[in-house]
Amino acid sequence: MGQEYMNPKNINYDKIINLSRRRFLVTGVTAGAGLTLGVYLGGCNKPSAEKATEAAADKMAAAATNEAGPGLAGGEVVTDSSFEPNAFIRIGSDNMVTVVSKHLEMGQGTYTGLATLVAEELDASWDQIHVEGAPADAKRYNNLFWGPTQGTGGSTAMANSFEQMRKAGAAARAMLVGAAAQKWDTPADSIAIKDGVLSHGNLRATFGELAELAAHQPVPTDAFLKDPDEFRLIGTVLPRKDSKEKCYGKAVYTQDVKLPGMLTAVVAHAPRFGGKVKSFDATEAKALKGVVEVVQIPNGVAVLAKDTWSAKKGRDLLTIVWDESSAFKLGSDEILAQYKQLAESAGAVARKDGDAEQAMTQAAQTFEAAYEFPYLAHAALEPMNCVVKLTAESCEIWNGEQLHTGDQMSLAALFGIPPEKVIINMLYAGGSFGRRANPHSDYVLEAASIAKAINGKAPVKLVWLREDDTQAGYYRPMYYHKIKAGLDKDGKPVSWQHRIVGQSIIKGTPFEGGLIKDGVDGTSVEGVANLPYSVPNISVDLHSPEIDIPVQWWRSVGSTHTAFAVETFIDELAVAAKQDPVDYRMRLLDKHPRHTTVLKLAAEKAGWGSPLAAGKGRGIAVHESFNTYVAQVAEVTVKDDGSYSVDRVVVAVDCGIAVNPDIIKAQMEGGMGFGLSAVVSSKITLKDGKVEQSNFHDYTVLRMNQMPEVEVHIVKSAQPPSGVGEPATPVIAPAVANALFNVTGQRFYVLPIVNVSNTQLASRRKHVA
Amino acid sequence: MIQLMINGTPHQLDIDDDMPLLWATRDIVGLTGTKFGCGMAQCGACTVHIDGQPIRSCVTPVSVAQGKNITTIEGLDSKEARAVQSTWEKLDVVQCGYCQSGQIMSATALLAQNPKPSDDDIDAAMSGNICRCATYARIRAAIKEAARSLA
Ligand code: FES
Ligand code: FES
Repeated sequence: MGQEYMNPKNINYDKIINLSRRRFLVTGVTAGAGLTLGVYLGGCNKPSAEKATEAAADKMAAAATNEAGPGLAGGEVVTDSSFEPNAFIRIGSDNMVTVVSKHLEMGQGTYTGLATLVAEELDASWDQIHVEGAPADAKRYNNLFWGPTQGTGGSTAMANSFEQMRKAGAAARAMLVGAAAQKWDTPADSIAIKDGVLSHGNLRATFGELAELAAHQPVPTDAFLKDPDEFRLIGTVLPRKDSKEKCYGKAVYTQDVKLPGMLTAVVAHAPRFGGKVKSFDATEAKALKGVVEVVQIPNGVAVLAKDTWSAKKGRDLLTIVWDESSAFKLGSDEILAQYKQLAESAGAVARKDGDAEQAMTQAAQTFEAAYEFPYLAHAALEPMNCVVKLTAESCEIWNGEQLHTGDQMSLAALFGIPPEKVIINMLYAGGSFGRRANPHSDYVLEAASIAKAINGKAPVKLVWLREDDTQAGYYRPMYYHKIKAGLDKDGKPVSWQHRIVGQSIIKGTPFEGGLIKDGVDGTSVEGVANLPYSVPNISVDLHSPEIDIPVQWWRSVGSTHTAFAVETFIDELAVAAKQDPVDYRMRLLDKHPRHTTVLKLAAEKAGWGSPLAAGKGRGIAVHESFNTYVAQVAEVTVKDDGSYSVDRVVVAVDCGIAVNPDIIKAQMEGGMGFGLSAVVSSKITLKDGKVEQSNFHDYTVLRMNQMPEVEVHIVKSAQPPSGVGEPATPVIAPAVANALFNVTGQRFYVLPIVNVSNTQLASRRKHVA
Repeated sequence: MIQLMINGTPHQLDIDDDMPLLWATRDIVGLTGTKFGCGMAQCGACTVHIDGQPIRSCVTPVSVAQGKNITTIEGLDSKEARAVQSTWEKLDVVQCGYCQSGQIMSATALLAQNPKPSDDDIDAAMSGNICRCATYARIRAAIKEAARSLA
């Protein structure tokens, strides 16, 4: 990575200085769309945590509505000498600072990133920081971009927490300083803090030594955030907080939870979506050693055993008659045929600039293309699973929890208990890529319904085998795009008509109100409806057919298909206009400096335009998602047999302030690699309603020998940080397809591109005029 | 009764002899560092060593592992292992981490057999280990750096 982009001294922070200089009120400030700073009073530690935190949360709510003013005394319930200045920080007398992460760590580095923000303002030493997952409590731990909802997704973790976590750290710092001032009988402004040690003259004290006294300090009514040029941790490469335990097999995932008396459940699911159990015979399964119970649940039959293997063996011995009268029975080919048919007529309008139809008739030449995208499984390496324990009035789960509030509501409804009686333990997730944020709580409810079916007599761990995970749905939907563009005599696009056909991810979920407007699911058209290229006449419309296959967001959501369609098509237009693909984009991105910056940087670092050996080619693409801008240049080699390899990928990213450049780099590498799986091989297909793939032998994903060399360059930026978990994923497909064109002269309209000589992929570009 | 020697400790287990070593290790013995990803020798998450050789414990019945020395991530302790694990930490290879026990078991076995692996050697030894977070570039770099540190 280019060092010049990693050095915080090179970052221009002017723009955010004004923001951070602003004083803020620690207790009960509301800012923006009703967000409440999760800073509350209380000096309690774990043992009596529940009561005290409830009281504290109520107090916070009261403070937020101005029933209690600033300056409220802190530390009312000190059960030991630890100091818990707010919902996000606990400082123990052992000098450990525990940062409570409201977001799920699923690989994206959020535990490290959020802890960095706290450590920065607290002036803690990185070594004394420890991170733990927050419980489900939307009052304190809501995602500030999602209103009153707690959850992780949309690459929002860093962006929504950037101020909040720094303020939490600054407040705690002020209270520690207050404690030292009291202890040493000296003014607060004469006290310095560095690396977790407070000092005044020759006097020294650690956080741990001051914790108890700090808990009795008034919560500051104002505190300063650092100016960005004072940052000493933000912008540097700090080691990940979760590395060690993950390198020594000690990190705990849902799969690893074992409660006393717990049974493991493996479920027989219907072979087709919408199938129901008509009858079943469990005689053989029940006779098996280790099998304890067999129960019917709404979507299948669960075998509960003392261990996973016995449960699986029992499941395989079940004889089930399925009622498939209302099951889905179409195949991918038939669905695609329907989509093509639909694409013949106009859909719901997502964007209309000028008159694209009229302008098309004036164009010097027009081009058309159609694109096909298959269903995709998330295939996180840890298959979906969930542990549930029931008591008479509560439900406790252990889960790689990505959508706390949604799952809490779903479970509360299932058991008829208040949501706060649903206790969620958020564990590490072995990947998710969106899957664990299921708006229908699918696998969580499945686990809970098994526990319910045995009347809660034992805790239950639901384990999906890889086959269950691959075939249970909630896929990235299949999509079909049709684009037509008209160029003037200079090759400049004057008209762009874009029609998209594919299932809505949002319809039927609690997100419907916010994300579907005028019949358009924003996640279906993102990346096209906000087409950054200057085209005077644009129309974008959408069909959202209802198909009984469960669908869900998949890392980078709509951009997974829109970026491919837009970025390969614009590449075609550049060639038609006889212009260099980089220059052509640069000209049409005249109003989008952040796009052009990454585009230029990636091209420059990749040696765009320099000669390549025979059989090799280069392609570029640029795309913004979740306010992060990514350009990639892919270099490929095409072999005589039509197989190809992706050898090198140069990534340029602008994600605002780079909080931890190495984690950004890791997410660019990994996000790109995740996207590359779907370029070179992954697809879910259906035949007669049955999913044809079942495990990694036929749902193939990227392996070591297919991974290109990756180079990442981070743009210096003063903008607030935006997310990096998703934005690298959608860019690689068009970059590779454009590179393959560069070698073969052939365009690709269907993903995945398994082999360039595959006749199905034959060029379909129609040169109409 | 099945007798397993795991990380130098003998275990007597009342299980059927067709139970894969993976589930015996995780569910019965309680060592959960070895992970389940596919159950059909496709992903490598369950890799352990039997007499120093990397094997996929999800398709290895306990009957086959009896009488042999089984090493899991919890018991890994060799100079190659120390080099691999410390380099993994130094380069911050992990993301979700779920594949990493298996990656580290495969990488350790590779370096024990081949102290100076080429890129092709790394491809051959590591392509059976899927990382859905695609940490492959760092895994490759870490193996090379560990090899250098051992030289
Ligand atoms: S779980 Fe054994 S190889 Fe995947
Ligand atoms: S680190 Fe997530 S699967 Fe490898």
